[in-house]
Amino acid sequence: MSDKLLISTRKGLFHVARRSAGWEIAHADFLGDNVSLTLSDPRDGRLYCALDHGHFGVKMHRSTASGWEETAAPAYPPKPEGLEENDMWGRPLAWSTARIWALEPGGRDEPGTLWCGTQPGGLFRSRDHGASWEIIGALWHHPLRAQWMGGGADLPALHSICVDPRDSKCISVAVSTGGVWFTADGGESWSQRGEGMRAEHVPPDKTHDPLSQDVHCLSQCRSAPERFWVQHHNGIFVSSDGARNFTEITQARPSAFGFPVAVHPRDPETAWFVPEIKDEKRIPAGGALMVTRTRDGGKSFEILTKGLPQTHAYDVVYRHALAIDAEGERLAFGSTTGGLWVSENQGDDWVCVTHTLPPVYAARFG
Amino acid sequence: MAKISFTPNIQRHIACPPSEAPGASLREVLDHVFAGNPAARSYVLDDQGALRKHMIIFIDGRAAADRTRLLDKVTAAISIFVFQALSGG
Repeated sequence: MSDKLLISTRKGLFHVARRSAGWEIAHADFLGDNVSLTLSDPRDGRLYCALDHGHFGVKMHRSTASGWEETAAPAYPPKPEGLEENDMWGRPLAWSTARIWALEPGGRDEPGTLWCGTQPGGLFRSRDHGASWEIIGALWHHPLRAQWMGGGADLPALHSICVDPRDSKCISVAVSTGGVWFTADGGESWSQRGEGMRAEHVPPDKTHDPLSQDVHCLSQCRSAPERFWVQHHNGIFVSSDGARNFTEITQARPSAFGFPVAVHPRDPETAWFVPEIKDEKRIPAGGALMVTRTRDGGKSFEILTKGLPQTHAYDVVYRHALAIDAEGERLAFGSTTGGLWVSENQGDDWVCVTHTLPPVYAARFG
Repeated sequence: MAKISFTPNIQRHIACPPSEAPGASLREVLDHVFAGNPAARSYVLDDQGALRKHMIIFIDGRAAADRTRLLDKVTAAISIFVFQALSGG
């Protein structure tokens, strides 16, 4: 089981460690800076950290034997002269990395390969431990990409990347908003997936259009890679055929709205969520923070509250801020109000590590 | 030669010492500066080479007008200041 957590926050990267007395903040890096996402590469232990310096743009750093070093950030290719492309607001779409929204390692057979999802929607690959990046042109230039829209932000965000553990060339990604996309050839060609999802926020003729789906988070079970879970803008969906078709889960309580989903790495029927009231009221129901868990593929849900604040708690947990370790025993999540909780028994009991962190963007074991 | 200075705020991330550079346009001056300090380029310009959304450049006290192509004219002995705009803070 993992004894380390990486917590990316609005004001720095916090390393949290399990000591004999319990979990505690060990040290912080990039203190004062906006850390949007961090990756601990399980293949070689190297850390990658995405920073958003606001005025000065998005940067990427990676760990070395002597500390952090700045390395290349994904950058968009030159926009063709004369190309007029507007965003959903009618403004010229800037081909420029506005934020890093996903950072994942390639397969075990691809040392040094990394995948990075960005706002305004570009997917990038590095084959050299982040020293350089290439945009995945087949997806960026796909004719349907122009119909992607912002979800929670002005511009589309490619936020989930699932590399199939059976075949590193099979990759599923999700876009808010733009649905689920799949490649079987390492990014050379892409097809839309995600039939069966339902969007409440679009005109009726687009309700079931896979392109219109606002997937908040896409998670793939490592031991049963045909199983995908989706926390969607207006529901929870599950797929048993590699994200081709989804079934809506209607048993979730107290709500089906939220951002993250974590699936057990060895049990495709077990998944965790952090519900909020609904789209237009993004706070925990009744001011009571809870995690929900299904162990039967969504037929029923348990509400897990032991150790979590149950009065006047208004914590929101972002899509990357719920983490599960490789064994599926330990979970952790951080909130927009600076809380960090850890469970060592699959969510039955939670311990508050701190409630004074900056707003938490992402949590990861590693 | 234009004299170019950078905001103190950027120095925390990347060293950008004051310098002098030739050029008939803001683009030419910046290209010259970043040729000698390539790591600084992405801190000021975006992926397409335009001025970042919340950066602002003053040329002898006047905000650069062409934020995309940076074709504002520059004459010798002019002073250029590269700052972060408060809009982004």
